Amino acid sequence: MQAANTNAAEASLSGERDYVTVFVGDAMFGLAIERVHDVFMPSGITSVPLAPREIVGLINLRGRVVTALCLRRRLGLPDREAGATCMAIGLEQGSETFALVTDGVGEVLKLGPETCEPVPINLDARWRDLASAVHRLDGRLLVILDITALLAFGEALAA
Amino acid sequence: MDDLLREFLTESAEHLDTVDAELVKFEQDPNNQVILRNIFRLVHTIKGTCGFLGLPRLETLAHAAENLMGRFRDGFPVSSESVTLILATLDRLKAILADLEAGGTEPAGSDADLIEALDAMSQMPAEEAAPAPAPAALVVQTLERELKPGEVSLEELERAFMEAEGPDDLAPLPPLPSIPDSPAIVDAAAPAPAATSAETKAAAEKAPESKPVEMTAEAAEAAQKNRTIRVNVETLEHLMTMVSELVLTRNQLLEIARRHEDTSYKVPLQRLSHVTAELQDGVMKTRMQPIGNAWQKLPRVVRDLSAELSKGIELVMVGAETELDRQVLELIKDPLTHMVRNSADHGIESTAERIKAGKPAGGTIRLSAYHEGGTISIEIADDGRGLDLAAIRRKAVDRGIASQADVERMSDSDVAKFIFHAGFSTAQVVTSVSGRGVGMDVVKTNIESIGGMIDIATQRGAGTTFTIKIPLTLAIISALIVEAGGQRYAVPQIAVRELVRIEAEGTNRVERINGAPVMRLRERLLPITSLSSLMEGNMGATGADTPVSGFVVVAQVGRQRFGILVDEVFHTEEIVVKPMSSKLRHIPLFAGNTILGDGAVVLIVDPNGIARKVGQGAASGDASDQAEEAGEAALDKATLLVFKGGGSFKAVPLSLVTRIEEIDAGKIEWLAGRPLIQYRGKLMPLVPADPAIEIRSQGSQALVVFSDGDRAMGLVVDEIVDIVEDHLNVEIVADRSDLIGSAVLRGRATDIVDVSHFLPLAYDDWARGPRAAKAKNPTLLLVDDSAFFRNLLTPVLKAAGYEVATAASAEDALRVLKSDADISVVVADLEMPGRSGFDLVAAMRKGGGRLGNLPVIALSGQIGPESITKARALSISDLVAKFDRSGLVAALGELDTAPLDQAA
Repeated sequence: MQAANTNAAEASLSGERDYVTVFVGDAMFGLAIERVHDVFMPSGITSVPLAPREIVGLINLRGRVVTALCLRRRLGLPDREAGATCMAIGLEQGSETFALVTDGVGEVLKLGPETCEPVPINLDARWRDLASAVHRLDGRLLVILDITALLAFGEALAA
Repeated sequence: MDDLLREFLTESAEHLDTVDAELVKFEQDPNNQVILRNIFRLVHTIKGTCGFLGLPRLETLAHAAENLMGRFRDGFPVSSESVTLILATLDRLKAILADLEAGGTEPAGSDADLIEALDAMSQMPAEEAAPAPAPAALVVQTLERELKPGEVSLEELERAFMEAEGPDDLAPLPPLPSIPDSPAIVDAAAPAPAATSAETKAAAEKAPESKPVEMTAEAAEAAQKNRTIRVNVETLEHLMTMVSELVLTRNQLLEIARRHEDTSYKVPLQRLSHVTAELQDGVMKTRMQPIGNAWQKLPRVVRDLSAELSKGIELVMVGAETELDRQVLELIKDPLTHMVRNSADHGIESTAERIKAGKPAGGTIRLSAYHEGGTISIEIADDGRGLDLAAIRRKAVDRGIASQADVERMSDSDVAKFIFHAGFSTAQVVTSVSGRGVGMDVVKTNIESIGGMIDIATQRGAGTTFTIKIPLTLAIISALIVEAGGQRYAVPQIAVRELVRIEAEGTNRVERINGAPVMRLRERLLPITSLSSLMEGNMGATGADTPVSGFVVVAQVGRQRFGILVDEVFHTEEIVVKPMSSKLRHIPLFAGNTILGDGAVVLIVDPNGIARKVGQGAASGDASDQAEEAGEAALDKATLLVFKGGGSFKAVPLSLVTRIEEIDAGKIEWLAGRPLIQYRGKLMPLVPADPAIEIRSQGSQALVVFSDGDRAMGLVVDEIVDIVEDHLNVEIVADRSDLIGSAVLRGRATDIVDVSHFLPLAYDDWARGPRAAKAKNPTLLLVDDSAFFRNLLTPVLKAAGYEVATAASAEDALRVLKSDADISVVVADLEMPGRSGFDLVAAMRKGGGRLGNLPVIALSGQIGPESITKARALSISDLVAKFDRSGLVAALGELDTAPLDQAA
């Protein structure tokens, strides 16, 4: 992780950035590596009654209570089958830590501006709000998620 | 801003606070050299550091203040003016420091005013000053300094030091004669006199020489100081987190060890366990601070006010060493200061007033803190005039919080609570300086926000006492771990009264009133809410048919008691409260979350949130018609007398009240342990409206008098608040026999008192009434569409000696009449939705037989000639105005004299 971080710093000079790839169903998403603090297997999730749907519960991550957020639900996708494996990405926002629960975590990709495209306008509105760009990769597309937007939900409720 | 400067700022701020407090002490005890020395040292440190950091403005100002203080040490009389001046200087220093902190540089500006004043005072030739000319010479101009002082005090050395580090207008040092009782000092200082008389330059060298001297003098204290270090709060928090994790790991290890036979590592594991526990304790302790830290500024505040208002005020502080959590401490600091200010400002009378009232000229504010269970109690008591209730009343009217008529009827303690009303906060004043009650709403809100409570006791002419109870810490609480719906939750122990095991059958079981679960607990009904259904968003109603078993956690929040139904109760555990994520904070049911010993995250249930849900559940109930009818509201306009008792607002229908009295509490007599009062030539028993009410022994006591024939009873209340005419939305409560229910009156939750509960308390035979001799009371059917009026009249009718059956509609009434042959009289409301009372009576008469002749008394809001004619036509015995209770009783009495079968 640390090595990747250093790379990110170097790469930014050439306009290239590092993304952690995650999977949800068939789709692949990229998360800016600077925002990613941890990758871990979520276990012992305590569900929170009456919580916004996106929140699957609370997790004890090395003595810290982190709020687990389901990427599937955030994207409006159906829940994964019971018992299916999942991976969580630790993200920090403000003084809080969130865990983004995904189906799986892939490799770290270094991507330059040449493959970058703006978000297609015909994308589902929900996705459009969460995506910041799309990268054309060999054989598949990588949607870059805007982490700040990803974590901006439930604000109205909280207020 | 560099670290050095930042550290300087923190340190100086602390020093200045200490100096504030010390100066006030010093003013009262000018001969106390220890205090003076302490002050001197602190100011000196500030000055020295300023010079070092290149902050000329601060340095000059501190220097001028130091000069004046130097004179005090030399015996210059300590006057109130001089202390005020120094305090003003300290304030200026603080202001500059604040700017410095904000901007990173010393702000521009001049302190000439203060410096001049300080210099002027320093130069004042004080004849009374003991070591006469020397001190004067010290602080002023070069010329004068060359005069050699005739005598030297013990403090001369330090003074020399002070001079040495002063601003560069420094003059030759005064000679330093030998000091007999301190040879070490003499040695160090020896070269000084020679140098001084010779040249100015010596001053520069003088300083380092003197320094160790002062150090010796202060060595002991310095050593004391060095025992504490400053640690960043974040570091502590991090430490705390790490320790929590260590505890978890240890627990896991212990678990593994239990499963293994291998004993070789059991001993070190045991040791690890102990060390961990101690470490945890230790880290917890770092969060605790003596409450005295929050009080530090108060002596100064009181002193300033004392001077400003020219009245003598003494601040007595007891229990400053009482420890509480840093976080709580921060939160109560401002409210406390505010309240002490208020007490000094308004609580304590002027000196003249006090003397006139025969009190000691100086007022006293007593601040005390002590531990009580898991809470800390803080009392702020003054011996002043008590709250100016008349002014508060006026203000309440001015602000439109209550009407003139309202406030006049309100009792003192209720009026006192007005100062917590937001309407009083922005106020310009009840009295001169700042209004008592200014910001008191904020005080109350702040205290309540940390789970605290605040109470006022005030007595005219004797003073006011505020009592605050707050939890010791917000970070670590004792919690009961329970399970509901397959998930564990932590319930704060502070809200838990008891635990009751519930079985599907047997004495301890959950019963249902129209779907609403309740439980009998020692002759009381306790509303129950199921935690698992609450968590499903069901407002606590459990599935109606499933037999319920498990445990009921009896909880109390304020005065509300309720049971939380859970599946399993595990144990109590000290838990570290972690705040809820910002995404989840809106859920009212949770106060936070925590990590348990086994590493699991559990949610901490907020009893306040549940209490609110329980109330809502009662209102919304089940969707069925009957539920709406019973639990909900009848929209009826009623006139109620609102009073205060046992900490809450209560109300009785005004129609039941005979009189409202304020009696002299001294006239209350006790016979056989029961309070009585001579009232209109008779003895009248007194009954408190709430168990929590204490019958006063002095001052005046508010009573609500109820009478029935020649009997009267005085309901003891804390104070009469109001007479309210309002639409009533009564929520029936099942768990209290002394209450019919509660309603919101004028925006306040108000308990509606069931008078019938109190009458038997006054006269054992009242409930049975004069007809007690009869074998069986006649049964009466009360027909009214309003649940409220049915509840209201039932006790009245019972008191009049009837068994009462009720019906909510004409149809209902006919059904009851057909099935219950015992009913011998009907009291019916004429104005009902659907079939009116007239329709009901017409149906009864038409049917003929028993019902055809049954006497009927009709209740009506409006009695006009038309309705009287109609009533006659239907053989209605009497037509009584709806609120005319005695009229109704009289009408029933008339019926009674006539043989029932001929009543029509």
